[in-house]
Amino acid sequence: MYHAILFLPLIGALFAGLFGRLVGARACEIVTTTLMFVAAFLSWIAFYQVAIEGEDVRIALMGFMHSGAFETYWSIRVDTLTAVMLVVVNTVSSLVHLYSVGYMHEDPHKQRFFAYLSMFTFAMLALVTADDLVQLFFGWEGVGLASYLLIGFWYKKPSANAAAIKAFVVNRVGDFGFLLGIFGIYYIFGAVQYDTIFAAAPDQVGKTMTFLSWQVPALELICFLLFMGAMGKSAQFLLHTWLPDAMEGPTPVSALIHAATMVTAGVFMVARLSPLFDLAPYALAFVAIIGATSAFFAATAAVVQTDIKRVIAYSTCSQLGYMFAAEGVGAYGAGMFHLFTHACFKALLFLCAGAVIHTLADNQDMRRMGGLRKVIPFTWAMMLIGSLALTAFPLTSGFVSKDFIIETTWFDHSLTGQYTYWMVLIAAFLTSLYTWRLMFLTFEGNFRGPKDVRDHAHEPPWTMAVPLLVLAAGALFAGLGFRHLFIGADQAAFWREAIVLPEHGHHDVPFWLVLSPTIAMTLGFVIAWYCYMWQPLVPFGLLKRFPAANRFFLHAWYFDALYDRIFVRPAKWLANVLWKVGDGKIIDGIGPNGIAARVLDITRGVVRLQTGYIYHYAFVMLIGVALLITYFIVAGGALKP
Amino acid sequence: MSYGWPILSTVTFLPLVGALLIFALRGDDDSTARNARYIALWTTLITFAISLLLWRDFDPTTAKFQFVEERSWLGPINFHMGVDGISMPFVILTTLLMPITVLSTYGAIKTRVREFMIAFLILETLMLGVFCSLDLVMFYLFFEGGLIPMFLIIGIWGGSNRVYASFKFFLYTLAGSLLMLLAIMAMYWEAGTTNIPQLLAHDFPPQMQTWLWLAFFASFAVKLPMWPVHTWLPDAHVQAPTAGSVVLAGILLKLGGYGFLRFSIPMFPLASADFAPFIYTLSVIAVIYTSLVALAQEDMKKLIAYSSIAHMGFVTIGIFTLTMQGLQGGIFLMLSHGIVSAGLFLCVGVVYDRMHTHEISVFGGLVNRMPLYAAVFMVFTLANVGLPGTSGFIGEFLSLLGVFQVNTWVATLAATGVILSACYALWLYRRIIFGEITNPALKALQDLSLREVAVMVPLIVLTIYFGFHPNPVLDVTATSVEALMADFKANLAAAEQARLALAP
Repeated sequence: MYHAILFLPLIGALFAGLFGRLVGARACEIVTTTLMFVAAFLSWIAFYQVAIEGEDVRIALMGFMHSGAFETYWSIRVDTLTAVMLVVVNTVSSLVHLYSVGYMHEDPHKQRFFAYLSMFTFAMLALVTADDLVQLFFGWEGVGLASYLLIGFWYKKPSANAAAIKAFVVNRVGDFGFLLGIFGIYYIFGAVQYDTIFAAAPDQVGKTMTFLSWQVPALELICFLLFMGAMGKSAQFLLHTWLPDAMEGPTPVSALIHAATMVTAGVFMVARLSPLFDLAPYALAFVAIIGATSAFFAATAAVVQTDIKRVIAYSTCSQLGYMFAAEGVGAYGAGMFHLFTHACFKALLFLCAGAVIHTLADNQDMRRMGGLRKVIPFTWAMMLIGSLALTAFPLTSGFVSKDFIIETTWFDHSLTGQYTYWMVLIAAFLTSLYTWRLMFLTFEGNFRGPKDVRDHAHEPPWTMAVPLLVLAAGALFAGLGFRHLFIGADQAAFWREAIVLPEHGHHDVPFWLVLSPTIAMTLGFVIAWYCYMWQPLVPFGLLKRFPAANRFFLHAWYFDALYDRIFVRPAKWLANVLWKVGDGKIIDGIGPNGIAARVLDITRGVVRLQTGYIYHYAFVMLIGVALLITYFIVAGGALKP
Repeated sequence: MSYGWPILSTVTFLPLVGALLIFALRGDDDSTARNARYIALWTTLITFAISLLLWRDFDPTTAKFQFVEERSWLGPINFHMGVDGISMPFVILTTLLMPITVLSTYGAIKTRVREFMIAFLILETLMLGVFCSLDLVMFYLFFEGGLIPMFLIIGIWGGSNRVYASFKFFLYTLAGSLLMLLAIMAMYWEAGTTNIPQLLAHDFPPQMQTWLWLAFFASFAVKLPMWPVHTWLPDAHVQAPTAGSVVLAGILLKLGGYGFLRFSIPMFPLASADFAPFIYTLSVIAVIYTSLVALAQEDMKKLIAYSSIAHMGFVTIGIFTLTMQGLQGGIFLMLSHGIVSAGLFLCVGVVYDRMHTHEISVFGGLVNRMPLYAAVFMVFTLANVGLPGTSGFIGEFLSLLGVFQVNTWVATLAATGVILSACYALWLYRRIIFGEITNPALKALQDLSLREVAVMVPLIVLTIYFGFHPNPVLDVTATSVEALMADFKANLAAAEQARLALAP
């Protein structure tokens, strides 16, 4: 069964990739989607067996690398943490496959699309079922590749190509740290298998190692380096710049890869390595700070975006920040729970946005939307559910998971904990603000685009509607339905050894604390309603009075421009200088060309061969060889005893 | 395992027999050209098939030389051949790449086909000889002799500026090889033999090791090539015909790395230990410097050539860590790069055959006309980037893993190459393959022919297979590498003892 879960998507990908042109698009859609649904079904069985009944699974598939003491295997490791991810990945992936059948039906490259989607799923499954860091890294880079291919899926668009490369390269910056982290782990522990590392980790507390001529605490350094990888993959503050651009890809891709699954790989990794991170308090504080900053920072950017997908993209970045914030204060279960619920409602929001974009002839600009509630009420209702969950409306799934995170951060009384609490609380307010802004701009008021577009608008076909319904059910009920397992009374039996659990629950939660996120959410709603429903001219007034502020947030604090100045342009400049001056003027100028000029001067007078000097040189070498042989024959003969 | 017949000589000299057969062909018409191609293809295929016996019957549990042949030849120089776990994979790599390369020339080489195939088969014999030789002089003859056919291939079938390129190629190699020749003579005077197994056991005095090491280094560094003696390679590649580039990048570049493993480290261990930081420095510079330079290139072949130099930087870093992972990673990376760079140059050749240029700006949007080609190119690009699941990852990963145990500065700086390689490789791919077709000349391009697919498929299969299952190669090299390491450590320890004994 576990083999099937892992390899069915791969079979689908190979089928569509290799035989796609032979069998046609329809066959590829049917095969890949069916295989995904089977895999998803099996994942739920696996979830029941592993997470509920407590039967962990270890399957060794094959040796991977073996060099001296270094040894890694291809394997399938399923504990509760993996089981949760299996369910999330395969469910969302199968729904996105189905949705794509409707969404992509006019695209001429459907085979390629489905091959990539299934390949992505396989890589993600390899990532979550890994039993050591090398297989994790394989999946990690594999999903990066799939993301690159899917962002650049419409390869004729220069912007899509640029975004694809940017995504890959920024991720590689993170992976640079990740790789060094793996090397560090092997250096310290002499192995890369999770169980070996976790067993030996407590002995390493307080030990130091030399890194770049510094004496640093070994575990702190390793966790910090590994987290760099997580920052890249999960688009956290400083390495976030690729995610908004990644929206160049088809919308189902944004839902699957850039919201529900791939970007959560970093969160998964920190949870997976929680026995390590838990022993590295400074690295963990860094995780919390980056998470909280991302939550706040991305939310500020989301408030002013005009592209509907970019709003949701920044929102994803912000919500991932919540997950890291939770993990940073040691609440790994809460982080994973938010990952679980977020996958439902964020995939739902993206797929709804896709339905809107699809029906409006590929318009993504909210300034040319409006009044769609009456035109496409079903899509509106679905999106409303997603928005309620995202803004943590009481009893929805987002409410259960996010409010728990906000409460948990408050209980961390350190300075980091307090910073985290305030950041995520403000972010909760901003989340509500940008979400309702998006809802009002899209669905309320009057339609602001061309009239014929509105007249052609229609509800999505069943292939797109069914995934929306399933995800909406998840967005509403996944929180209360799974609360007791992830973060509630049964959490010890649920997680077992998979993650580090908080030592004790917080029983005396002050009432104001419970209320604070809800107040923030309400405030956001009220302001959004005031600005976009009651006094629609207010935003324009603000825009006019504070154009610089608007630009600042619209460009997400100008990180792209900053990186362009300090990395991209200097690198290009240096590349040219090294090439033209370093190689050209200095090395060649002093070396071969200088000598060549002299030698040519001499030989020009001597040899005039029309074909150039080739034969001449060959001849010289032959003479050299002949001389050598002669020398050895003569000298050898003389020396022979 | 020994045969009733000398298998290594057969593998090495069979191509020469093919060359003689082609030489016997007369005439200058199309049928002669066709016959020459057929003979070359079948010779290389049979050579490859026989060499597979080596792979099958190789005993990976011993570090001793196997399939050894020895008979007297010129005075003190014996005809002495044998392979161990380090050289055997390179023999297979060579015999594997040859038929593929010959097949790839069908569309490219139209003039003087007969002569080309002769040069090519001689080249194969000489390269195989390098890896099989167990006599220093034999090694030198093969090592330097290989330059002559390569030289002719670039000089006769090359591009418009071929004379300059082959001149540069010649000048660099000559400088290196002269020093190596002097060193070989010195070694002969010191040890009284040119027998490699005996030289491996000989302890050269420390002072002498330094000089010998430097002399060998001069030759190997040029071949590899290492920064700053690398500038011949981009020019040679740009001017060389596709088949020349494939062999140059796939096999000739590995001679330098092989030389370090066979001579510098085991014969001059003290000097190798002393010079390791020097090698690290040059290699790290190579990785960063040439990766950046690759970013600025406007010619496909130059870009790939610079990326080759960067990859060879990883190889030297790995080898001189003298750790199991570093050494095996370095060897694996050389083998993998042999396959991947061959694939990349063949990809360039495919479009060169159609458009007669490798200027990047000429292309763009090829995926619209050549989807199959785009897929093939993607696989090799990703392997070049070192993506896990391709053979390119294994070598890079193990080399860096090895060096991290020894020197974190080197590991950190070299790991930036991981970022830079993604930049230049994906940017190249984007400029060639993606986008709309803007150049009207590209609108009539045909996708890969059946022959071209046959050329690419074996390389793709190997790239991916060894990406998932590198152990067959790692296991073959393990025992020899272990012995190399143990010997190196024993030498260092002995020298340390001697130094302590002398200390007042």
